[in-house]
Amino acid sequence: MSQDAHTAHHDDVPHAARHHAAHGHAAHAHGGHHGDHGEAHGTLRDYLIGFLLSVVLTAIPFWLVMTRPLADPTTAVIIVVFAIVQVLVHMVYFLHMNGRAEGGWTMTALIFTIIVVFITISGSAWVLWHLSDNMMPMSHGMPARP
Amino acid sequence: MSTATTTEDQVRFFEIEEHEHPEGASTALGFWIYLMSDCLIFAMLFAAYAVLGGNYAAGPAPRDLFELDLVALNTAMLLFSSITYGFAMLAMARGKALQTQLWLLVTAGFGAAFLWIELHEFAHLIHIGAGPQRSAFLSAFFTLVGTHGLHVTFGLVWILVMMVQVGLKGLVPANRRRLTCLSLFWHFLDVIWIGVFTFVYLMGMLR
Repeated sequence: MSQDAHTAHHDDVPHAARHHAAHGHAAHAHGGHHGDHGEAHGTLRDYLIGFLLSVVLTAIPFWLVMTRPLADPTTAVIIVVFAIVQVLVHMVYFLHMNGRAEGGWTMTALIFTIIVVFITISGSAWVLWHLSDNMMPMSHGMPARP
Repeated sequence: MSTATTTEDQVRFFEIEEHEHPEGASTALGFWIYLMSDCLIFAMLFAAYAVLGGNYAAGPAPRDLFELDLVALNTAMLLFSSITYGFAMLAMARGKALQTQLWLLVTAGFGAAFLWIELHEFAHLIHIGAGPQRSAFLSAFFTLVGTHGLHVTFGLVWILVMMVQVGLKGLVPANRRRLTCLSLFWHFLDVIWIGVFTFVYLMGMLR
């Protein structure tokens, strides 16, 4: 039904007029026609750079924890920083994230998600670690602990 | 364009255009939104692990249980599968159906190796009495890592389905779209695994 209307429409309305009228959707429709295989993959160079960076960013934390050349708190900070950097590397080189895809909406959704994830994890940890601290004196006296 | 008829057409055009989005035009964004919601699921599980990860109930702690060699091997499997999926995407971009299928097969191989190692680890833990019911730490551990493993399992099924699809229909636009979504899914799982090996395994050994 809508397919018929669409075909008829193509015949009736000049291409330019159609584009003009569809201004809001023009970019979107183009994404559908060409973007599927035009934007969502990188180049061989992208993948190789991403892979090499990932190998380095994975190997160093494992090496640090397996051999412990540094003090534990230092090691912990370093591996967390490496994890964050590696997530960014994956987003750029493997997921091909940028601010332009889908008119910026993927980036908007990502930023929103990161904010919610940050609030969820840091909020849970903050509240419940304090709770655990406050519960400590009680658990010492609990006889049921095997 | 200036006649009444054309104006009418234009008015009607808006009506039609609302229902005329080209097939798959919004798939990429929709799938991305799904991945973000999946990200929230993992955020909950990471939060649960952060809160419960220290409650051993006088049972084994991470450093008693985890074998970093095995985790490193697992991480390598997933990383290799990421790059080989990238090669599948590049083969798809060049329009080579057979190459795409072969790289998908290699990716599935690495994914299966990852799962096999993970299941081996789980079986070992359960065998020595460190199953999910042992302590809050182990419950949270099995839920978080198991959910990731379940995603990898479904990713594997999807990869095999796409190999068949590409074999049957070739690299038609619908298949390209699906492979692109699967690419996002597969790389997304690798991103989650970065969080798992850093916060669960490596931090666990430091604790």
